[in-house]
Amino acid sequence: MHVPDGFIDAPVSLATGALAAAAVATALRGARRELDDRAAPLAGLVAAFVFAVQMLNFPVAAGTSGHLLGGALAAILVGPYTAVLCISVVLLMQGILFADGGLTALGVNITDMGVVTTLVAYGTFRALLVLLPRRRPSVTAASFVAALVSVPAAACAFTLLYALGGTTDVSLGKVFTAMAGVHVLIGVGEAAITALTVGAVLAVRPDLVHGARGLVRPLELRTSPGSPPAPEPVPARTPAPARRSARRVWAAGLVTALVCAGGVSYYASTSPDGLEKVAHDKGLDSRTEEHAAKGSPLADYQVKDVSDARISGGLAGVIGVGVTLAAGTGVFLVVRRRRAHAPTPAAEAPAAGSV
Amino acid sequence: MGAGHASHRLYRPGRSPVHALPPHCKILAVLGFVLVVVSTPRTAVWAFALYAALLAAVAGTARIPAALLLRRLLIEVPFVAFAVLMPFVAEGERVRVLGLALSEPGLWGAWNVLAKGTLGVAASVLLAASTELRALLLGLQRLRLPPLLVQIASFMIRYGDVVTDELRRMRVARASRGFRARGVRHWGVLARTAGTLFIRSYERGERVHLAMLSRGYAGTMPVIDEVTATRAQWARAAALPVAAVAVCAGGWAYAAG
Repeated sequence: MHVPDGFIDAPVSLATGALAAAAVATALRGARRELDDRAAPLAGLVAAFVFAVQMLNFPVAAGTSGHLLGGALAAILVGPYTAVLCISVVLLMQGILFADGGLTALGVNITDMGVVTTLVAYGTFRALLVLLPRRRPSVTAASFVAALVSVPAAACAFTLLYALGGTTDVSLGKVFTAMAGVHVLIGVGEAAITALTVGAVLAVRPDLVHGARGLVRPLELRTSPGSPPAPEPVPARTPAPARRSARRVWAAGLVTALVCAGGVSYYASTSPDGLEKVAHDKGLDSRTEEHAAKGSPLADYQVKDVSDARISGGLAGVIGVGVTLAAGTGVFLVVRRRRAHAPTPAAEAPAAGSV
Repeated sequence: MGAGHASHRLYRPGRSPVHALPPHCKILAVLGFVLVVVSTPRTAVWAFALYAALLAAVAGTARIPAALLLRRLLIEVPFVAFAVLMPFVAEGERVRVLGLALSEPGLWGAWNVLAKGTLGVAASVLLAASTELRALLLGLQRLRLPPLLVQIASFMIRYGDVVTDELRRMRVARASRGFRARGVRHWGVLARTAGTLFIRSYERGERVHLAMLSRGYAGTMPVIDEVTATRAQWARAAALPVAAVAVCAGGWAYAAG
């Protein structure tokens, strides 16, 4: 999926370049927090790992084989910031050294494969971990779903970039269908391999899996063999009842949203809704302008080029819920982090003054 | 560990004027060239031939054999396949070519991607073939890429071979125990390989960090050799993008008139 030069026009290439630069700058700051001064060697080695693991071929059937893309895997194993950084470095080196992916398309490639894949994968993963019971199989299952979602999400992002700056006017529906169709298949493979790999790492070094940090049982200190475990020096994370109920609310909300979006819209009548019908009857809509997003692949809540209106509506609904959920979770996490960080500057201020 | 280094395959040592240029000049020249190529109107077909001639002149000066250049162009094949599909799926007026109804904008689009993509790949290949890996990283650092990013990239390059070699040894170990991956059933074994590879890479990273600390690492790498460029070297490096700009201006004039 490495985009070559000339595939996306110059303005969009420049804009995505700026976006990618901003994302990498954020990731640099975040990775320093995730890894402190170990960032350079560790992120470098993880980048080398991503680079090498893309060469590991997984036979599918009848002589064909696929390989891992690694965005979701890196996000779950080392955290989102380091993952964005590693994938970006891999893409940069592939572009400069191996001429894989154009230099002017570097921004497009980093935005698409580095940022979107990683963020969608990590967002989905985190959201699922909140919902699922806090046990090890949940991590594997969540990584499966995260990888499964991340690959078609990258395909959608590519379609969007193509819609903005594609140099050939292939109809967007066709691009979307082709990209999404192929990448759903790729995503299934990616999901299976990612889940198996995360499971393999969990079995040996669960402490290394960034996404499973909260699940590792705290070490048991024993003073002499056979004696009962020493009292816990640090109180283990207390299972807050509020968290529990929040999870239940969230789960119920998600299920309801999915049922509404996918199921109900499947059975909903395809006739226009009340206001649209009234407007049409009264001739009100003769002058209404076309919506700006009319040509978008999800316009009118239908996935273009999917012929069955009902399946199409349902699919568009589910995609919409997914996107909304991801965006909502992102906002929620940002707000929560802000709130968690808010008191620190005040607390640090006197300390800084005394130095 | 007796591993051959991938840099041997990418870099072709030499003493040509192109090899002698400072790396950051070369990186900027290639980037400028590719930018100019991408912004050329696609209808000016002759302009792309001139660009190719410019690159051929650079390859000749650097004494890089055409066979190497052509072989490394193969990396582009997946997108060639995509470009070939374009005339069949694109919208617009149909023209008959060899008895097939093809879309005219699609044909132009395919030509656009093929020409610009190939020129971009060729320029990158020339850069990598005439510049040492370490020099490229120094050049990136000189171009004010964040130092942490350059460090990560240099660790990736330095240990890429080691990690790839570990993967190769694991493959040999699997094969010598009679394992051959034949289908989806064997994914578990391969995924365990990937998991082991991750653990080994991460632990190696921790060891490397400790080794660095014991040698006095405090967050930044010492800059031993600062690369600098004289005005004459800048001028020589600028020859390629400046010539390309002239061709590009001609191309726009041709497209307009």
